[in-house]
Amino acid sequence: MSDKTIDRVASATPARVARKVKGLSDRAIAWIFVGPTIFLLLAINIFPLIWTINLSFTNFKANRVNRAVEYIGLRNYERILTDGDIWLSMQATAHFLFWTLFFQVLLGFTLAWLINKKFRGNDMWTTIIVLPMMLSPAVVGNFWTFLYQPQIGLFNYVVSFFTGVDPSSFDMLGSVDLAPWSIVIVDTWMWTPFVMLICLAGLRSIPDYIYEAAEIDRASKLRQFFTITIPMVLPFLMLAVLFRGIENFKMFDLVVQLTGGGPGSVTEMASINLKREAFEKWRTGYSSAFAIILFVTVFGLASIYVKALNKVKER
Amino acid sequence: MKQLKLAAVGVLSLTAATISHTAQADDLTLCWAAWDPANALVELSKDFEAESGHSMNFEFVPWPNFADRMLNELNSGGKLCDLLIGDSQWIGGGAENGHYVKLNDFFDAESISMDDFAPATVYAYSTWPKGSPNYYALPAMGDANGWFYRKDWFARDDIKAAYKEATGDELGEPKTQKELLQIAQFFQEREIDGKKVYGAAIFTERGSEGITMGVTSALYPWGFKYENTPGKYDMEGAVNSAEAVEALEFYKELYKTATPPGYTNSYMGESLDAFKSGQVAMAMNWFAFFPGLYADPDTGGDKIDFFVNPPQNQAGSTLGGQGISVVSYSEKKDASLEYIKWFANPDVQAKWWSMGGYSAHNAVLNSPTFKDSAPFAGDFLVAMDDVQDFWQEPAYAELLLAMQKRVHDFVVADKGTAQEALDLLIEDWTEVFEDEGKL
Repeated sequence: MSDKTIDRVASATPARVARKVKGLSDRAIAWIFVGPTIFLLLAINIFPLIWTINLSFTNFKANRVNRAVEYIGLRNYERILTDGDIWLSMQATAHFLFWTLFFQVLLGFTLAWLINKKFRGNDMWTTIIVLPMMLSPAVVGNFWTFLYQPQIGLFNYVVSFFTGVDPSSFDMLGSVDLAPWSIVIVDTWMWTPFVMLICLAGLRSIPDYIYEAAEIDRASKLRQFFTITIPMVLPFLMLAVLFRGIENFKMFDLVVQLTGGGPGSVTEMASINLKREAFEKWRTGYSSAFAIILFVTVFGLASIYVKALNKVKER
Repeated sequence: MKQLKLAAVGVLSLTAATISHTAQADDLTLCWAAWDPANALVELSKDFEAESGHSMNFEFVPWPNFADRMLNELNSGGKLCDLLIGDSQWIGGGAENGHYVKLNDFFDAESISMDDFAPATVYAYSTWPKGSPNYYALPAMGDANGWFYRKDWFARDDIKAAYKEATGDELGEPKTQKELLQIAQFFQEREIDGKKVYGAAIFTERGSEGITMGVTSALYPWGFKYENTPGKYDMEGAVNSAEAVEALEFYKELYKTATPPGYTNSYMGESLDAFKSGQVAMAMNWFAFFPGLYADPDTGGDKIDFFVNPPQNQAGSTLGGQGISVVSYSEKKDASLEYIKWFANPDVQAKWWSMGGYSAHNAVLNSPTFKDSAPFAGDFLVAMDDVQDFWQEPAYAELLLAMQKRVHDFVVADKGTAQEALDLLIEDWTEVFEDEGKL
């Protein structure tokens, strides 16, 4: 009897199973392995997507199952795209998305660059900086609500300390002008460490010999930064922007906890609006159309972005 | 041997009795909001457990999530709740969507008469279509939006003199909405005992129903109507009448000039906190909380008093309160109906009131001792005479959310004018009723 590993494995297979498998082709065996995954994918992702597309052309309401469902063509899409309130919620989302990405990239990269320097307590500072992203958004939303409280909130007192304005004279969450910035501040506080970690991975992946060669060529620190550091970290940074961009486009929990979409509808993100339509007003057909529009938007933007990312990587 | 036989027979009889009793005993779950009256109901229901042998479980959800959680449960045909004390506005959806059991036959069979309950509560909590003799709930908890104030501050000579000097009027419980505003503005940022206090805690919450309940407390006294002709859904000229515009502007002025800082998203809890922490002179809230407020060791007792939502062009209070319904998806309908029968008993209703629940039973309300049974009892009777409720249509959630948005946009976010807010509200509501096939 041969002592090869393959033979040992084969002989370990029960004879009954071996007889059954013997007649199957490699392709069939491959399908047996892949089949359950494909089935789950179809059941959990593809079927709901197709069903949602189907519902988006109807006036179906999930709380009125006894009512006859009518196909109304593109009426839901038309209503959404001509609804001023929907566009306002898209604007609120765009404002939030742009400024959170801007600040998180700026601060995340800066922190990563500083942490990447060798100094005592480096590890301790890294741990402290990443703490916010380990917290639950509900917890973060709750305690920032207290921090922003005009009468007892620490945030208002800090601002008052530096500017001299009365702490109870401004309300971060209740002011139409300040509320959009209040959620940007909290999201930036929470998720900058995530961008920092990805940037740090990028910075640490740059081999030292490249900087050494640049030193020999007498390249200045500034030139090294712009010609070595930035280009080599860029793919990592773009990846961080992709992750944060997709997440913040769908932002829900933190904002609901902080402002509930208010004051008025100033911080009502598209996802909050969608939740209200789908599960509070129960306009299932309408909200399905809205969900499809959001899906196509995220999917389209993400696809374009991934192509750009691949091009940067190829350089 | 004989003794052994007797013992065996005894054990068998006991076992049989236990089995037969167990077979009839059910585990019932009653769903409601998490608040003071719910705790009272838990205590009250112990009597039912003792009498019936059934055991009671309770699912209490905090108010901000109550509607979301319970309507999801009903819409999905969930079996969590056998009995539900649902908000008055759910009655239309509960009836038309088949969530609630129709109780007419049961009431007839058990001789439970709706004439035994306060007419306003029967109309609001039990009937669908409105006012018809089709009952889907038993009035469980009468309630309305009322006011309470710092009686000790109002009684102080220095404060009374300052008020007289500032306004020319005597300081006392406000007799009109405008007087309420004047008093609230007087207290705003006034220093009392070395502490800065504010005028009034009102409802401004955006997410669920808060600001609508607050705003309607101003709209109703100004004479607000949802329709020109009841049942016709003709809202133009009613919802956006000159009186409605004035009332909405009034509420905004009250919010802007007489509430504590940061009071942009506040409802029941925030109102109670503001009052109990000695921050405000007056606060609006549901009568349901008044027993707890009166019992508060710091701001209750002699320091507090209560008043009905003041009239302006007419008397009017926003209706709260709920009826108790049997959920049609329950597998324990018989036991649930037993609970309703027990709860409708006048003695149980009297005990319910004594424990802090607001009975709607005439035997309790018309009792000669009722008015003096609590400092807010008389106000409760007055308020319940002039209550108005929000739409109770099956599409109530859509109607409510539209109003939440439009009034919050105007009152808190300074968007547009009162006239524009109400005009837009009519547009939203018209769209909903068109979708419903009612327009």
